[in-house]
Amino acid sequence: MQEKRQRWVKTMPEGKRQEEIRERYGPVHGGRTHRSLSRKDFLRLGGAGVAGLTLFGGVACGGGSEGGGNTLNYWASNQGASIDQDKRVLGRAVKEFKKQSGISVKIKVIPWSDLYNNILTATTSGQGPDVLNIGNTWSASLQATGAFLPFDGEMLDKIGGKSKFLSSSFAASGAPGETPTSVPLYGLSYGMFYNKKLFQEAGISAPPKTWDEFVATAKELTGPSDRWGMALEGASITENSHWAFFLGKQYGGSLFTQSGKPSFDSPEIVSAVAQYVNFLGKEKIASPACAEYSDGISSPTDFANGKAAMIIYQNNAERVLRTSGMPDDEYGVAKVPLPDPLPPGGEPIMSHVAGINISIFKNAANQDGALEFVKFLTGNEQQVDLNQSFGSLPVTEDARGVQEFSDEKLKVFNEILENNAEPMPLIPEEGKMETLIGDAVKQLFAKAATGGAVSESEVKKELSAANQKMAAGG
Amino acid sequence: MGSTRDKKPESETRRGRQRSGERVFPKARVRPQVFPYLLVLPALLFEVLVHILPMLVGVGVSFLELTQFYVRNWSAAPFVGFRNYLDGLDPSGPIGGALAQSFLITFAYTVLVVGGSWVLGISAAMLVNSEFRARRWFRALFLIPYALPVYVAVIAWSFMLQQNNGAMNTLLVDNLHLLEERPFWLIGNNAFWSVVMTSLWRSWPFAFLMLLAGLQSIPAQLYEAASIDGASRWRRFRTITLPLLRPVNLVLLLVLFLWTFNEFNTPYVLFGQAPPAAADLLSLHIYVNSFVDWNFGLGAAMSVLLLLFLLVVSVIYIRVLRVGGRGDA
Repeated sequence: MQEKRQRWVKTMPEGKRQEEIRERYGPVHGGRTHRSLSRKDFLRLGGAGVAGLTLFGGVACGGGSEGGGNTLNYWASNQGASIDQDKRVLGRAVKEFKKQSGISVKIKVIPWSDLYNNILTATTSGQGPDVLNIGNTWSASLQATGAFLPFDGEMLDKIGGKSKFLSSSFAASGAPGETPTSVPLYGLSYGMFYNKKLFQEAGISAPPKTWDEFVATAKELTGPSDRWGMALEGASITENSHWAFFLGKQYGGSLFTQSGKPSFDSPEIVSAVAQYVNFLGKEKIASPACAEYSDGISSPTDFANGKAAMIIYQNNAERVLRTSGMPDDEYGVAKVPLPDPLPPGGEPIMSHVAGINISIFKNAANQDGALEFVKFLTGNEQQVDLNQSFGSLPVTEDARGVQEFSDEKLKVFNEILENNAEPMPLIPEEGKMETLIGDAVKQLFAKAATGGAVSESEVKKELSAANQKMAAGG
Repeated sequence: MGSTRDKKPESETRRGRQRSGERVFPKARVRPQVFPYLLVLPALLFEVLVHILPMLVGVGVSFLELTQFYVRNWSAAPFVGFRNYLDGLDPSGPIGGALAQSFLITFAYTVLVVGGSWVLGISAAMLVNSEFRARRWFRALFLIPYALPVYVAVIAWSFMLQQNNGAMNTLLVDNLHLLEERPFWLIGNNAFWSVVMTSLWRSWPFAFLMLLAGLQSIPAQLYEAASIDGASRWRRFRTITLPLLRPVNLVLLLVLFLWTFNEFNTPYVLFGQAPPAAADLLSLHIYVNSFVDWNFGLGAAMSVLLLLFLLVVSVIYIRVLRVGGRGDA
C-alpha cells in the first residue's frame, strides 16, 4: 500500500496532485476549501441550531394558570349520558353567566376514568383550572393537599351563605371540624329501581321493604332465558365500597372505630359484605356476569332491557335508562330495603351522601370571578336547570322544593338523601379505603361467580387483609 | 501484520522520503471533533431531563413520606429513611407480602411470555426464511400484533374476553362446544392466563423479527453441507442454527425479559386500577400504591427495588454469558 502511494505521488504533476488529494481526502488540514460553506460546517451549524431550538422550546413552555382577566377555566365531570351532552348543558349555563357577569368560561369535560388523575397532576404541578368538579367522597382527601381555596365564613358569604345548602350534602364536603374546600353542586343517592311491568306479570303488588322480602321477590323474578331478579356491578370498586358502607351501617357496623382505626373485618361489616356477595353466590338472584361489570352502565342497561327486575343504584342511572329507551312509566323507585328487625346498633341508612362538589384552586388567577361562578352554579335557577338535565338532585333548600323535583321518583331519592343518608368516612385516606375495600369485595365476587356461595370466614379473610393494608400504609 | 518489527527502510519513512526530494504532506492532525457531540446533545439533554433526572428524584422521594398532605410541597415531606424499603421488603407485613406475591406472579408471567415468544418467534422465522409464494404476506401478517397501538390491541382483547358477550366465550361455548359453562377470563384465576396470552400475542412478533434477521445471516451452504453429511433437521437446528443465533438470542432474551417484567400497559388496559389477585403484575401494583393510594414514597421505594433487581439480573446475565464480547459465536 505504501509502495502504491509512493508511486502515485511521484508520477502526478504538482497542481493536479493537490486537487486530486483534496478531492480524495477532503480538506486535509481541516481548513476551508473553495466552497463557501463546507459540508462539515453546514452540519455543525445545523446541529447547533437544533440544539438551540430545543433549549428555546423548553424555556418557552409556559407556567402558571391559564386563566386570568375575564376568563375562567372550568373542569367539569361527566354527569350526562355523554360528554357532548355535558358540553351542551353547561354551554347554556356558561352563556347565561357571561350575560350576567361578563366573564367567559372555558369548559373542559373530563370522563370519570381520568378525572382523579387529572386533579392529582394539577395539584402536584400547580397548573390547573380555576374551578373544578370533584366527587364528594374525594373532598377530604383533596382538602388535605392544601391546594384548594378554603370556604371559610367570608368565602361562604360571597357565594350565598352556608345556610342555602342542604345540611346533609354540606356535611359531606370535608373533614369534620375543618374548613371545607369544596361546596355541594349536584346531589345523588341510592334508591331501588324496580320494573313495574315485570312485577305486574308476576303478580307482585308492592316493592319489597325488607331484605328477606327482597331476596324472595328476586327469586320469583329470576327465570329462564337469562332473566334475573337483580343486577349489580361486582367489579366496580366504588360500588363495592358504598355497599359495604351503607349495608354495614344497617347492621350496626362502622368502617372505622371511634378512634379512627380501620375495622373492615368487624363482624357487622363481614355480615353485610357476605350478604351482598351472596346475592350472586348463594341466592343466585344476580347473573354471574355481574361480577365483571364495573362501568356504571352495564347493570342499568340490563335493567332497561328487562334482563334484571331490580337494581339498587344511584339516581343517575336514569340517564342510562332514558338513552336505552326505557319508558318512564315502566319502572318505579322505592326505598332501599332494611333488615327486619333492625339489629342492635343498626341504623336505617340506605345510601351514602353521594354527589358532586365544586372547588376552586388556591392559585386561580381570577379568584373573585371563580367565586361568582360558583355562586351562579349553586343559585336557584342553575340548580333547577342543571340537575334536571343531569337527573341529579339539587343541593340547595330553595331548589329542592321546586315543582320540577316533585315527581314521584325524585321524591324518593330526595327523601333518602335528606333522611337516610350519611357521608362516607371523611378522612384523607378515603381513596385508599375505597380501593382496598372495593378490591377485596371484587375478589370475593370473582370467587362467588366461579365457585358459588361464599362463606363468612372467606369474607373475613379478605377484609382482614384489606384492613391490615389500611392500617399499615404510610 | 509483521511478526517482528524491523526498522523500516529509509524509503518508507517520512523523513526518508522528504530527504529524497519527494513532496510529503504533513500528517493530518486529528482535531478534536466537536461536531458529533453537537448532534448527540439534544438527545442527551432530553434523556437526562426525561429519564435520569426523574429517576434520581424518585430515589430521593423513596426516602420521604410523600402522601397527599405534602404533594404540593415535596420538601416539607418528613424524612423516613429506609422505612418505605423495609415495609416493602418485609414479607410478613401486609405491604411487603403483597409486593412479594406480585413479584412472584410477575416472574412467572415473564418466564412464560419470554419463553413463549421465543418459541413462536423461532418457528415463524424458520417458516418465513424458506422460499415459498405467500412468504411476504406471512411476514406482514405476523408483524401486525406488534405494530398495533397497545391500547387499541389490548382493549379489543378485553372486549373479547368478557364473560357474557365476549368473542372468546362465544367461540368456545356456543360455536365449538368445547366448554359447558362460560368461564371468566378477566376475574379470578384465569386472569393470569389472560394477561399472559395477551402479552404473548403482542410480543412474539418482536422475537420473530430479531430471529429472522439472525437467521438470514446464516449462510445457506452450512445447511447444504450438513444435509449432504446426513444430518437430520433437528440436528441441523441444534448444531447450526442455535449456535449461530447465539448473539441474537443473548440480546433478545435480555431485552424481552426487561420489557416484559416492566409491562404496565397490558395489565392496566385489561384490568384497570384493581387487578385480580392472580394477575397483580408489579408495575401495576406499584402504580396503584402510588397514584391511587397517594403514597408516593412507598411507590418510589418499590420502584427502586424493582430497578435494583433488574440491574442485578442484567449484570449477572451480561457477565456470565459474555454478551457483546468476542466469546464463542
